[in-house]
Amino acid sequence: MRHLISILLENEAGALARISGLFSARGYNIESLTVAPTEDPSMSRMTIVSIGSDDVIEQITKQLNKLIDVIKVVDLSEAAHVERELMLIKVRAVGKDREEMKRMADIFRGNIIDVTDSTYLVELTGDSVKLDAFIGAIDNDLILETVRTGVCGVGRGDRILKA
Amino acid sequence: MVLTGAEIVIRCLQEEKVEYIFGYPGGSVLHIYDELFKQDKIKHILVRHEQAAVHAADAYSRSSHKVGVCMVTSGPGVTNAVTGIATAYTDSIPMVVISGQAPTHMIGQDAFQECDTVGITRPCVKHNFLVKDVKDLAVTIKKAFYIAQSGRPGPVLVDVPKDLGVDKCEFDYPKSVTIRSYNPATKGHSGQIKKAVQLLLEAKRPLIYAGGGIILSNTADRLTKLAHMLEVPVTNTLMGLGGFPATDKQNLGMLGMHGTYEANMAMQHADVLLAIGARFDDRVIGHPEDFASVPRKIIHVDIDPSSIAKRVKVDVPIVGNLNEVLDELIAQLKASEGKVEPKALASWWKDIDGWRKKDSLKYKMGKEIIMPQYVIEKLYEVTGGEAIVTSDVGQHQMWAAQYYKFDKPRRWLNSGGLGTMGYGLPAAMGAIFANPKTPVACVTGEGSIQMNIQEMSTCKQFRLPVKIVNLNNRYLGMVRQWQEMFYGNRYSESYVDALPDFVKLAEAYGHVGMQITKPADVEPALREAFVKHKNELVFLDFLTDPTANVYPMVANGKGLSEMVLAEDL
Repeated sequence: MRHLISILLENEAGALARISGLFSARGYNIESLTVAPTEDPSMSRMTIVSIGSDDVIEQITKQLNKLIDVIKVVDLSEAAHVERELMLIKVRAVGKDREEMKRMADIFRGNIIDVTDSTYLVELTGDSVKLDAFIGAIDNDLILETVRTGVCGVGRGDRILKA
Repeated sequence: MVLTGAEIVIRCLQEEKVEYIFGYPGGSVLHIYDELFKQDKIKHILVRHEQAAVHAADAYSRSSHKVGVCMVTSGPGVTNAVTGIATAYTDSIPMVVISGQAPTHMIGQDAFQECDTVGITRPCVKHNFLVKDVKDLAVTIKKAFYIAQSGRPGPVLVDVPKDLGVDKCEFDYPKSVTIRSYNPATKGHSGQIKKAVQLLLEAKRPLIYAGGGIILSNTADRLTKLAHMLEVPVTNTLMGLGGFPATDKQNLGMLGMHGTYEANMAMQHADVLLAIGARFDDRVIGHPEDFASVPRKIIHVDIDPSSIAKRVKVDVPIVGNLNEVLDELIAQLKASEGKVEPKALASWWKDIDGWRKKDSLKYKMGKEIIMPQYVIEKLYEVTGGEAIVTSDVGQHQMWAAQYYKFDKPRRWLNSGGLGTMGYGLPAAMGAIFANPKTPVACVTGEGSIQMNIQEMSTCKQFRLPVKIVNLNNRYLGMVRQWQEMFYGNRYSESYVDALPDFVKLAEAYGHVGMQITKPADVEPALREAFVKHKNELVFLDFLTDPTANVYPMVANGKGLSEMVLAEDL
């Protein structure tokens, strides 16, 4: 099962290494990892997407909680939550493809944020499935570069992760 | 008061009432060693290899319940210490390691004796710090001591760049420290404890399985009280030996790969298992699927939530400090005025007595050749069970665990989790510093002892009267045993050729050496060592049966009831 694990941690040198080291040392899987400071610069918020059985995810959250730099851990996928990912995708846009690419970007509610004679840079946000769908919908040969941020997520409504 | 960083380190350690630092100087810690020289509150024990410093600090802690402290220089000082740190980490030993580091402005430039200490040690410490500003030094050391001994204990490393040693700042050692991201559990959940009491009282075949957590939390007395109230059998893990008196009639001995027949059979037949401060290690429960195939209810008490439901499914998890959990368990049990149903309990004890009749630790005594088990039995007799016994890793370790009956906690020091050869002798040193009046024996083998034999020099310098009991069978015995059992007698690299003359070697270091070749000489030699040479290090080189194997044995990947007993062969 795919899980979205949200972590509040001390914004300290080495904290990221402790978490990534834990995953590699114990053989846990990381699909994506995003991290940045919160409104309180002494803390960072991290979102990890991992795939594992319930037992493995339980161990992951316990092991994360054991790290001294980790303030709180929550498995967002246990309840209602929102998740988003940002993708910057550079595509070839010449001839008839130029028109087609503009249309596809519109359909997926993407923004074209850079234009040259032969390329578009499309900015797209959504859940990972939507970004995958965009990649699937355009001609693969036209893709020049893909950059994805990885998923970040937050619980809905009153589900708040605070120190 | 404005002090230099080096002064601050020493002042902090004094504030923590540190008696001994085990260490080895080098370039990046010279400022600190200079301050050490100028004071006389803390004694420094100069070892001959950094690994030994860490093991000695570790055993100092294990045998005293104080935090072990060691100091090493940057680069190779740290890398040599890593085995010791990992040993302490696996067995949850509270320790603070101060390491030197290249000056802050040179970090990352491949400076002389620079290494990424925080990176290298990260997976084998409870936590570590690189201090970059002298103003953070005191509070970091305070945090290190707090983290090391609270919650599930473990080693904490503080990496101090050389330039901090001369940087100055106002010194103020905090009385206490709080860390918002670190709040170890204390009290157990009362509702869960109530469930546990109910389960235990309804049990037909209850068993207590107690591990190293009992030793670490100083709760041997509480465990004993609980076991006596319930009148149920108790088995200890390798790390838990001494947590419940070995000579108590309710004790089934050690369980696991080389556990007694009765302990392993009880584990597989119990209907309610109370696991306390133990972690269902692979060497303890055998194959997890086989273990899980037996229907039983498991109550698991541990301070570390990640130890619970890691390897086995648990019915009643209780997270908390064993002191508080056991107190409440005992109180609730008393309040309930309940008893385990006497008839069921009597029948359970009858089963156990049946298994005990197998006498699974019996061995064939030779007239000409010394059996290693016999040496341990005699060691127990000669020391009246009052010695602290350290061991290395291998057959001798298992024999020491099986045949020396530990009635008290903190008497048995071994590398249970990591299985570090070379632990025994430096551990014996640490134990003597913490317990100067207690006889200390290091049970070892001719393979293990050579992994830190240089420490005989430290023992000479500090007059440490370790009694080295070397069970010399000319083989890496446990490797040879596995090769005999699972690799068609192909003894690949397990014969130890070109052994030194241990007697002369001991003498060369300025100690007493003896070689013992006959069973009849075992006891007199031990008496001579422990009585006549009470205040000296004695190297007792026992030439033992090279074919002796450790039994019972549960082969790797087998279930606990599939034990191979000595009599089956």
